[in-house]
Amino acid sequence: MSEVLTAASVTRRFAPRITLGDRIAAALGAKVDRRPVQAVTDVSLAVRKGETLGLVGESGCGKSTLGRMLAGILPPSAGEIRLHGAAPMRGRHKTTTRIQTVFQDPYASLNPRIRIGEAIAEGPVAHGLVTRAAAPAMVADWLRRVGLDPAYATRFPHQFSGGQRQRVAIARALAMQPEVLVCDEPVASLDVSIQAQILNLFLDLRQELGLTCLFISHDLSVVRHVSDRVAVMYLGRIVEIGEAGRIYAAPRHPYTQGLLASVPKLVLSGDPAASFRPIPGELPSPLSPPAGCAFHPRCAKATDLCRQERPPLSPREDGTLVACHHA
Amino acid sequence: MSGPLLSVRDLRTHFLTRAGVVKAVEGVSFALDRGEILGLVGESGSGKSVTGFSLIGLVDPPGHIVGGSIRFDGQELVGLPVQELRRLRGRRIAMVFQDPAATLNPVLTIGTQMTLAVRAHDGVSERAARDLAARTLTRVGIPEAAARLDAYPHEFSGGMRQRVAIATALLHGPDLIIADEPTTALDVSIQAQILAEMRALAKESGTALIWISHDLATVSSLADRVLVMYAGRIVESGPVGAVLRAPLHPYTRGLLDSLPAMAAPGQRLNQIPGSTPSLLSLPPGCPFAPRCPRATEICRTDPPRVEPPGRLALCHHPLEAA
Repeated sequence: MSEVLTAASVTRRFAPRITLGDRIAAALGAKVDRRPVQAVTDVSLAVRKGETLGLVGESGCGKSTLGRMLAGILPPSAGEIRLHGAAPMRGRHKTTTRIQTVFQDPYASLNPRIRIGEAIAEGPVAHGLVTRAAAPAMVADWLRRVGLDPAYATRFPHQFSGGQRQRVAIARALAMQPEVLVCDEPVASLDVSIQAQILNLFLDLRQELGLTCLFISHDLSVVRHVSDRVAVMYLGRIVEIGEAGRIYAAPRHPYTQGLLASVPKLVLSGDPAASFRPIPGELPSPLSPPAGCAFHPRCAKATDLCRQERPPLSPREDGTLVACHHA
Repeated sequence: MSGPLLSVRDLRTHFLTRAGVVKAVEGVSFALDRGEILGLVGESGSGKSVTGFSLIGLVDPPGHIVGGSIRFDGQELVGLPVQELRRLRGRRIAMVFQDPAATLNPVLTIGTQMTLAVRAHDGVSERAARDLAARTLTRVGIPEAAARLDAYPHEFSGGMRQRVAIATALLHGPDLIIADEPTTALDVSIQAQILAEMRALAKESGTALIWISHDLATVSSLADRVLVMYAGRIVESGPVGAVLRAPLHPYTRGLLDSLPAMAAPGQRLNQIPGSTPSLLSLPPGCPFAPRCPRATEICRTDPPRVEPPGRLALCHHPLEAA
């Protein structure tokens, strides 16, 4: 399968903004932390044509930062993002419009003062995908495809429920006829019954349009449901990546194992205590990640080697890549 | 020790807004025994949180309890003067909220807040209160608790803050803890730690727990019994295993089928059509009728009646129990 969107050793640092207050505090002798946070460190991955790659991890693991770099919204501090082998953010032919994004919060991603018909038409008209005259028909078509009444085009975002707004966000992204759709926690703020509707819509449209997708979520069962392959992140790095069925059935990295075991399962019979098992300890601060393997302070299998040397992401016989000395 | 710890009968909490009367809780009845863990599940606007807040008189205007009875250990709480309620709150009934950052005062140390909470009800010395605070923090899994008492909330992670909130709730050994989505804002690995600790604490201290959540999986791994709420009403209740194995109410069935875990990967989920109705304009019959695959004429005209407690389903056409 051909690789559509690739990240080549991308790293992203965020330098803390030094405010006036910080400067005054520093002048008065307080310690002001100016260390940059490295949100993503040396990540390489590829999204293949027609697949959905799931990206999972806990808060602060860098999954959204990686997603935003892949979407072309955020430039990497080092490394490169390529769309079909070319850097999409440079040169005469900007191709960032080929990648569209659906975010978690449909309240924040729609301008409250713009009617949703205009919000959907804006991008395609600006980029010459559709003429202004043909735009209303295109908007009506997209509203219908995401399960909304075409008459809603003249409404404002506040007149919609959360689930409907997420449908609008999907319509707006897809109206740009993207090659790659990046979804960052698209169902995280929705109720269970609405989440199911949006996931069904996503599955239908993906099949109909043959979309290539990056699907970012903290919800392991949602990612399992939609993904062909899954990448697991911990503290800015990918610790395991491979075919979704294999990773969920037989996770290799101790963090993936711990993460999957810590999710409470629906207990229909038997011992509810066996439904989940917590990972001991807490996420270390990304300001001072542990030496060696970042997971070693929480890992039962950790040895001296893990404390000193960071394991590389290396392939196993079934094609899964794992970053662990003992897996 | 006779009768249930908590007995709620026909509780009605309404919000009198300019747009009309929002019947957030409409005729809720249930009982809770000592040491029992009750899961209260539902989607946004189902009334689960307002039910929890109503129990300890924390509903703010324009919300009011307009009817019903809440008996806690034989004492009627509806209509109880604020001072009397205050004596119960924190001492015999404690609450844990979703957002620990909003529960804790950012400008006071953990130790100060916890000693204030101790001394609000017990006339013990500052020193004894601090000792109790440190011991309770140790119980919820905070290492070096005595030293952490001097830390401010921002020095703790989200999971640790929620542990502090839980420890504060445990200070007086309450008979009942009401926890409103206490792990929703936490990461899964931290959520699992908190769940395991809550389960152990409830077991060893005999504290009854009302666990309010939208997440059926966490409720199934924690609760003894479950109440499912929809549009301000309890639509189904029973032992958690029985309800989730073979739900009687079509809404509970739909909620379960909406979970990705219930379908093969990549397959369409068996979704509930439509969305939750506005509480301002509920249909005259069963509030779930417009979304229900089993609805008939009677569902659209007559509200289903409440059956006697036990295994309950508020439905004209309940599914077969397996």
